[in-house]
Amino acid sequence: MTETSKKTPAGTVRGPSRRQALKTLAVGGTAAATLPLWARYAGAQTGEPIRIGFAKHATGIGASYGRWYDRVSQAAVKKINAEGGVNGRPLELVTEDDGTDPKRCAELMEKFANQSKCDLAFGTLFSHVVIGAAPRAAELKLPYFVVSEGHHVASGMLNRWTLQPGITDVKSQVKAMAPFVHDTLGKKVTMIFPDYAFGYDHRDNFTAAIKALGGDVVAQIAIPPTETSFTKYFPKIPRETEVIYHVMIGPGVLTFVKEMGEFFGPSRPEIFGFIDSLEAVNLSSPGLEFLEGTYFWEGMPRYLQPDAPGYVKAYRDAVGLDANGASVTDANDVSTAAHMFGCWETLHVIKAGMEACNYSGIADRQALIEAVEQMSDMPAGPDHPQGAKRFNGKTHQVFGPQYISKVEGGKLSVVHTASIEDTLYPDEVDYTKMSF
Amino acid sequence: MDFGPYLMLAMLEGAVLAAVLALMASGLSLVFGVMRVVNVAHGEFYMLGAVVAWAVTTLLGAGPVLNFVAALIVAPLVVGAMAAAADMVILKRLNYDPERTIVATIGLLYILQQLTLMTYGADARPVVAPFNERIALPWVEWGDKGLSFYFPWGLSTTSYKLFVIAAAVVLIAALKLFMAKTRAGLIMRATQGDREMATAFGVPVERVYALVFGGGAALAALAGVLIVPIQQAHYLMGGDALLLSFIVVIIGGLGSLSGTIVAAILIGLSDGIISVFFTPTLAKMIATLAVALVLVFRPQGLFGGTSR
Repeated sequence: MTETSKKTPAGTVRGPSRRQALKTLAVGGTAAATLPLWARYAGAQTGEPIRIGFAKHATGIGASYGRWYDRVSQAAVKKINAEGGVNGRPLELVTEDDGTDPKRCAELMEKFANQSKCDLAFGTLFSHVVIGAAPRAAELKLPYFVVSEGHHVASGMLNRWTLQPGITDVKSQVKAMAPFVHDTLGKKVTMIFPDYAFGYDHRDNFTAAIKALGGDVVAQIAIPPTETSFTKYFPKIPRETEVIYHVMIGPGVLTFVKEMGEFFGPSRPEIFGFIDSLEAVNLSSPGLEFLEGTYFWEGMPRYLQPDAPGYVKAYRDAVGLDANGASVTDANDVSTAAHMFGCWETLHVIKAGMEACNYSGIADRQALIEAVEQMSDMPAGPDHPQGAKRFNGKTHQVFGPQYISKVEGGKLSVVHTASIEDTLYPDEVDYTKMSF
Repeated sequence: MDFGPYLMLAMLEGAVLAAVLALMASGLSLVFGVMRVVNVAHGEFYMLGAVVAWAVTTLLGAGPVLNFVAALIVAPLVVGAMAAAADMVILKRLNYDPERTIVATIGLLYILQQLTLMTYGADARPVVAPFNERIALPWVEWGDKGLSFYFPWGLSTTSYKLFVIAAAVVLIAALKLFMAKTRAGLIMRATQGDREMATAFGVPVERVYALVFGGGAALAALAGVLIVPIQQAHYLMGGDALLLSFIVVIIGGLGSLSGTIVAAILIGLSDGIISVFFTPTLAKMIATLAVALVLVFRPQGLFGGTSR
């Protein structure tokens, strides 16, 4: 009942010319004569759109992310198609609601592979959903491009068919943030995080990183992601705490931050948060005034920064973002800017990978994985507006810059940019040695 | 945090939950007591109350206090009218058969939830509280100079949370008075006592049923309006609330208003305290265990009489 099934029109792409078509047909004909099994793919190759199965968190606790992941993906597909598509073929999003539910998303993998004949699956954010769906994608031999930021890809937990080339993972984000927290804010940290895989990535990696710097995590407070009332957790914060490190997700995030402000009153410690705690939430909501002067990690700045390059502005215009990071049509519809750029970049990586392996159809799915595994440095620009990236083919994970912003006058201003080098850590897996 | 202030904070948080729960569960209990209908869609009426409150405050745009007062009036009326309509269109047709009404209200639950999803959307949206000052609470301590006051770090509540507790107390007292002292309350109790005899005495039972079902839903909606400035309106918020309400009415005794209130305070406070000192999951486990024990050893509930 909650399913939204939608197909993106091919856009304004012109199909390939007749000569091209004839040429392709001729190639197809030869191939068909030599290798009869190829025939069905070759026939479909010419103007057929490349179908991307988009598992969207349209409902459930990830719905606000899903809405923006959808908008960014639509905008990216429009741009790619306007620039000629992939080898002359347009991209087409086949959008399905996964309900932010692992079981439903695993079913979607099946639907994408067998029913809607998608070339690949794309788009999942919430880590429990990715972890639930990735094994099914591998069984179906369906390339699965996730935009999740969880460490589950690079940790080796998943498989050769699952890649994360558009957004950095929590481990590298946390590693890049720890020196700033330790040097600028304080050495005794209390962590507050959601009680599931994504939260544990934060807990384990940040605790290790801050200890390595000589600081200490004095308390770790896990909160279920479906929680609606938070004051009862805050007394667990030890009095000696110098810095609160918070990251929260789900429909209750605004309540979480508001109640944190009410708990501390005028005597708050330093506060460092991951913007996840306030993604899709207006920073000028009543009750958030106490955040003035606190710091946030941002994957990509929500507010348009004064020194933003032209390609960032172009990206924001294409997505429909105003200077405050809200929708141009509704100032209260605040984006998930720190994560959604990953969809844009992932779709561009898919395009580059398909062009590198001369992708012609679902028989080339394995070649697509191998082509993306070969990628490394990607320069900042219209395809990668968040910044330059370095992809690690062995761990299937991309690395990129991270931003620390301070709340000043109710807006987020970038005060520190961590470089790619700050985010690197030793490989924990080599997916390229695994079989398909 | 020291044990004393910690406990006080836990009890304050628990009291807010207990207040909302008592309101909501008395609606559920009323419907069951009078109509013998187990209303599985009750949580959705609570959710609708919150959503309507959001809609009213957004459309009116008249400043936090006026907006909130309007929501407090409009939401229960709208939700109550919807429920009364559902009673006449669905439950009446099933002759209030206990098993079939359960299935029907499950269907109603999904219809209301999905309609909300399709119209209001999947986001959690905030409603501004009419007033929300942080109140730091003092704590007493035996020091060298005898009894002294101090303000422990983090021991605080907000004026709005205190208002929720007070509002629930007033509303429930009003409900009890209504049931005990008014003619309408008498008719409801008569219908509860013996439907056929009430009909014989000229009580329009079907109209009473529609009013009771609407009234029960309106109580849930009121609870939704009261909670929405603390939490946010979200289409899935009815689930947990329904579970807790059932726990409360089963422990208190289905159909017993006093039992419901005592059980709500018990569950609310224990949830607050256990969540703070241990984990919220343990609090839910203990509440569910309590239900199981009550069902085994005292199936009619702590305050429930023997059923006819």
